[in-house]
Amino acid sequence: MSTEATPAEPSTPPTPTQAPDTRSKTADAIEAARAQGRAAFIGYLPAGYPDKESSIAAAIELARNGADVIEIGVPYSDPVMDGPVIQQATTEVLARGFRLPEVFEIVAAVVQATDAAVLVMTYYNLIDRMGADEFARRLAEAGGAGAITPDLIPDEGSEWIQATQRHGLDRVFLTAPTSSPERVAQIVTASRGFVYGVSVMGVTGARDQVSDAAERVVTAARSAGAERVCVGLGVSTRAHVEEIGRYADGVIVGTALVAALRDGGPAAVGALTAELTGAAETAR
Amino acid sequence: MSAPVDETQKYRDHEGPYFGNFGGRWMPESLVAALDEVEKTFREAKQDPEFLAEFHRLGRDYTGRPSLLTEVSRFAAEAGRARIFLKREDLNHTGSHKINNVLGQALIAKRMGKTRLIAETGAGQHGVATATAAALMGMDCVVYMGSEDTRRQALNVARMRLLGAEVVPVDHGAKTLKDAINEALRDWVASVEHTHYLLGTVAGPHPFPEMVRWFHQVIGDEAREQILSMEGRLPDAVAACVGGGSNAMGLFHGFLDDPEVALYGFEAGGDGVETGRHASAITLGRSGVLHGARSYLMQDEDGQTVDSHSISAGLDYPSVGPEHAYLAEIGRASYEPVTDAECMASFESLCRTEGIIPAIESAHALAGAARLSRKWGAEGEGKIIIINLSGRGDKDVETAAEWFRMLPGQVNDPVAETETAEKTGDASPSPAPETGVQS
Repeated sequence: MSTEATPAEPSTPPTPTQAPDTRSKTADAIEAARAQGRAAFIGYLPAGYPDKESSIAAAIELARNGADVIEIGVPYSDPVMDGPVIQQATTEVLARGFRLPEVFEIVAAVVQATDAAVLVMTYYNLIDRMGADEFARRLAEAGGAGAITPDLIPDEGSEWIQATQRHGLDRVFLTAPTSSPERVAQIVTASRGFVYGVSVMGVTGARDQVSDAAERVVTAARSAGAERVCVGLGVSTRAHVEEIGRYADGVIVGTALVAALRDGGPAAVGALTAELTGAAETAR
Repeated sequence: MSAPVDETQKYRDHEGPYFGNFGGRWMPESLVAALDEVEKTFREAKQDPEFLAEFHRLGRDYTGRPSLLTEVSRFAAEAGRARIFLKREDLNHTGSHKINNVLGQALIAKRMGKTRLIAETGAGQHGVATATAAALMGMDCVVYMGSEDTRRQALNVARMRLLGAEVVPVDHGAKTLKDAINEALRDWVASVEHTHYLLGTVAGPHPFPEMVRWFHQVIGDEAREQILSMEGRLPDAVAACVGGGSNAMGLFHGFLDDPEVALYGFEAGGDGVETGRHASAITLGRSGVLHGARSYLMQDEDGQTVDSHSISAGLDYPSVGPEHAYLAEIGRASYEPVTDAECMASFESLCRTEGIIPAIESAHALAGAARLSRKWGAEGEGKIIIINLSGRGDKDVETAAEWFRMLPGQVNDPVAETETAEKTGDASPSPAPETGVQS
């Protein structure tokens, strides 16, 4: 540090000290979808919503109806990237006394019942409080594939990168429409499994149209060397899924599924997933 | 990550993103480009004579700087033997120190070509200051405020609306400052192209802690010069209240590199730290990540943020600026909690002895300094404490009147009457008289 005005250099993410000792479960799931000539479908549900059993049942419905990857969101007191539907759901879960270890139980139950890769989506302080290594160890022990961390940028991610490396977990960082080429490169290098392309500037929530920024985000990540880029935020219809599926490796849906779970329980999640993945059409 | 601290470097010169183990940018990637732009613009502006001239002109001709340094002998006599001076940020335009930072950041926003300011506010002081700057500079303004705080600070809500700002009550979480910040961040993610988030304290992601402190350093710089000119020497201690910590950081920085000056930050102790109902993040001493910075944080075993509590909406925040966490860790500044009851006793004392109604935030510093003076006892004779009177108490009159049972319907309250009788001659009984500074 000096008294001179020096803009902060984006620090290079720490290079993993050793090669991952296991294959990326998320990458495998996305590659399997690709082998079938389609983009992977990634569905988000909050852990423990509306209760533990229903959240497990809903996640299993997701997988049965064509989801390749399941995101289990960890309820958090200050979810700055979440829109009203998800925030309302997670607030309810916290209000009924949710405790963090429940997430590992839910992940384990879903992993046992499905073939999908199961990631958790968590704000970083929950990892930090438990300790990055302990969190990674317990997630790996539960059979989880890894974690998406919406408020962690690679600049601050050294502990998490090392912990996930030690436990063979995926770590999914986000890239945004406003990310500079240098930052995109940093994000791509730091990520394992896939890179999460944020399709719009804003929080989670269903939107009528897919922003044209989505394709640019995917192109930028690919130019930086990303092997798998999945797109989320604002995706809620079969038409969105088909449109994004033409240029991305995976399509992420959250709010629409959470609303279905809220209004119709696990069965409604299954029905919506079938519609979004196109499984409903195949079944006809 | 943390950057090693250069031991030979002056504290004053510390720049972000890290202050020892604290600070950083724990933020969604969507906001990083905006933070980079703010940082770049700020660093260029600091070197630009035109920007500096405009910032200083506004301070002088609009805010009313320099603010006075007032000795308060009658208040000091009730507290102990030390001499006490108040740095009168309450005399600034809009009634608090907040205007310093707001004018600076509004100029930064203009320089970036932004046309809209958003802000969060607890007690409303920062919201009023932001609405003021937006009006002055012809910008749109939206202020997020916890719905619990809109109730506690209805007068400031009206002031913001008169100034042309839209006030958005936030109805989730604890409905206080923390939740207003979450909502402002959500807005910013979606509006960053034309909007500047005018953060109100030395917390948040880099460069906010460093930038907000820089705009407030004038407080400490002036106080240092004023006390040297009045008394020919530095104070023995300086004291300020700490929520996010902006007024304290502004005062502290004038004295950071004077090892003979003790620095005291007083946190909101609410009902008492042992009750769990408080806002004393440093006293609790647990590191965590919230609102873009690693700092001390009130959190449960899982890492969920614990709701804070204080009689002062402006201090009702479960974390604190990262530079304060650093100063606490290295021992350069001391931080202690002050309960609601202690704070209100000093609030009352300043009103009665000096004719100054302080903000309830600032009354925490008054109570802490009074405690320090009492602790010094006879050794405090002739010692000097400077307290930052960060704001005036107009907005808090209703809260104070309720506390002292002065509202219609309360004055005839039998409990109040009993307490009044017990205090013999004191017409404004406190619900917790045993903690009063007079005792």
